[in-house]
Amino acid sequence: MFNRGVRNILLTPFLIWAGLFIFIPLVCIVWYGVTDYDGNFSLANLGLAFKHGYIDALKLSIVLALISTVICLLLAYPLCLILTERQRDNTTIISLLFILPLWMNSLLSTMAWQTILEGNGIINQLMRLLSLPDLQLINTPGAIVLGMVYNYLPYMVLPLYISLTKIDRRILEAARDLGANSWQTFTKIILPLSIPGAISGITMVFIPALTTFVISALLGGGKLLLIGNIIEQEFTFQYDWHVGCALSVILMVFIVLNMLLTAAFERKEEEP
Amino acid sequence: MKRELIHLENIAKSFGSLLVLDEIDLTIYESEFITLLGPSGCGKTTMLRIIGGFESPDTGRVIFDGKDITKLPPNKRPVNTVFQRYSLFSHMNVEENIAFGPKIAGKPADYIQDKVKYALRLVNLDGYEKHDVTKLSGGQQQRIAIARAVVNEPKVLLLDEPLSALDLKLRRNMRRELVRINKETGITFIFVTHDQEEALSMSDRVVVMNQGYIQQVGTPENVYNEPENAFVADFIGDSNIIDGVMVRDKVVRIFGREYPCVDSGFPAECPVDVQIRPEDIKLAAPAEGAFNGVVTRVVFWGMSYDINVEADGFEWLIQSTTGRTVGEEVSLYVAPENIQIMSKPQSEDEEVAQDV
Repeated sequence: MFNRGVRNILLTPFLIWAGLFIFIPLVCIVWYGVTDYDGNFSLANLGLAFKHGYIDALKLSIVLALISTVICLLLAYPLCLILTERQRDNTTIISLLFILPLWMNSLLSTMAWQTILEGNGIINQLMRLLSLPDLQLINTPGAIVLGMVYNYLPYMVLPLYISLTKIDRRILEAARDLGANSWQTFTKIILPLSIPGAISGITMVFIPALTTFVISALLGGGKLLLIGNIIEQEFTFQYDWHVGCALSVILMVFIVLNMLLTAAFERKEEEP
Repeated sequence: MKRELIHLENIAKSFGSLLVLDEIDLTIYESEFITLLGPSGCGKTTMLRIIGGFESPDTGRVIFDGKDITKLPPNKRPVNTVFQRYSLFSHMNVEENIAFGPKIAGKPADYIQDKVKYALRLVNLDGYEKHDVTKLSGGQQQRIAIARAVVNEPKVLLLDEPLSALDLKLRRNMRRELVRINKETGITFIFVTHDQEEALSMSDRVVVMNQGYIQQVGTPENVYNEPENAFVADFIGDSNIIDGVMVRDKVVRIFGREYPCVDSGFPAECPVDVQIRPEDIKLAAPAEGAFNGVVTRVVFWGMSYDINVEADGFEWLIQSTTGRTVGEEVSLYVAPENIQIMSKPQSEDEEVAQDV
């Protein structure tokens, strides 16, 4: 579309931006992560991540992020399926249901969940009205998962919806024509063709869920620490940039792994 | 004697207030190659989709081999479809695409393997089992779509403008291929097209449709040489259609002159449509033929010339292997047996509603 010179000029602003604000900070994080307080090379801080306390937070983060991702997928898939089934253009419904919540400040909505779930929160007040025993809702893994699903569901719905609408209706007719019933059409045609959308939805939910510290801080009450909270504490309370950066590097490894997996799947889709 | 396979009985279909099919009665015989021909919007694709089970008619029945299948879903019908844009499964290779039907039907693996091989040989694509369908050319994809359908050994193959996306040379090739596959397998082919050349060159019988009604059913020669109305005459091939009046049996009056023809049975002084094929008109020196005129346009087509001649205020189209020059004075001559007389529709509605 553009010749080389024009392309370079157009790209320059972003390259400067990326260099200054993405590449250099990344190098700094890795640098801090692999050096000790005297500036010597050391893997001690990275190794710390596998010690008691840190590894527990990492495990909990991965488990909760995985659970949230699965729940998002299970909630979003049938919905998207029905929306694409009924008629072709549901853009309005989609934006009302899923884009609008994105306009709401996520901190605000998470705090709203806090007031709903807490000891004297709305749910427990209702329980008391009905003379039922109080429920321990806040500060549980369940509360954190709820917060994650609430915040990240739109990121699952959008790519899934797009990939499902991209499936040509005539392909489904072809499957019916060749003898497939509705269930077989779903499992053999719709499901495999929607995998790219599911994969990008999974990535878009899993990564923020893995790294969040706001949701776990508000709904975990400082008792359930995710890796995001530990990193935050290293910087804001311990002032230990080396450990904080080392943990960030470990987290990055998981994110890169996830992205490699996604890329592998997408390549497989394109050229089997 | 040919055996009746499908019978469409008084079928009508509307989408909202739009009537797309009406009063459709048609019998389709076993093993024949029948073409539904008409302009876009004439209802031919809807008719195919009703046979395939993708649409259900508002009234009427679809009888298949003596059984009423009007309410049967597509996956329960002994018919398979070759779709316009192939509709191959992009996440499967050639083999998996073709094996889809037999696998769903629960056939054993070695049977499927043999069948896939046979189907690929039938469409001249031996050895393509492991190819990625999205990497094949349009013509190859179309062949795979055909193989995927015939592998199920359907009684009937529905083809929805399957050649329209291919280039001219490939299209000609595929026409021959389709006729060969039809004869080789004995499967009944119901072929939908808007291309009259395709219809004439491939079919055993042609169903000409317009605005939801069947205009004429007949062999290709039949619909070309003896069109039953002006629509068929005009749609199939080029035609000169002139207002005329039947003077008596075997005499028609056009442009004030009485002219011999071979049709009879019309009432005296009955207004008719007179159809003359451009290739049936001979050009002669002025005053030698029946009508004098002036050449207004000449287009060279390779095999022949299209020549327009204005005579008596009517623009005649003539096809000739010899060229003429614009402005030349000529006369036209038509042999009486090449004049086709068609009754005029009584009203606007009847133009489309004329019965077969």
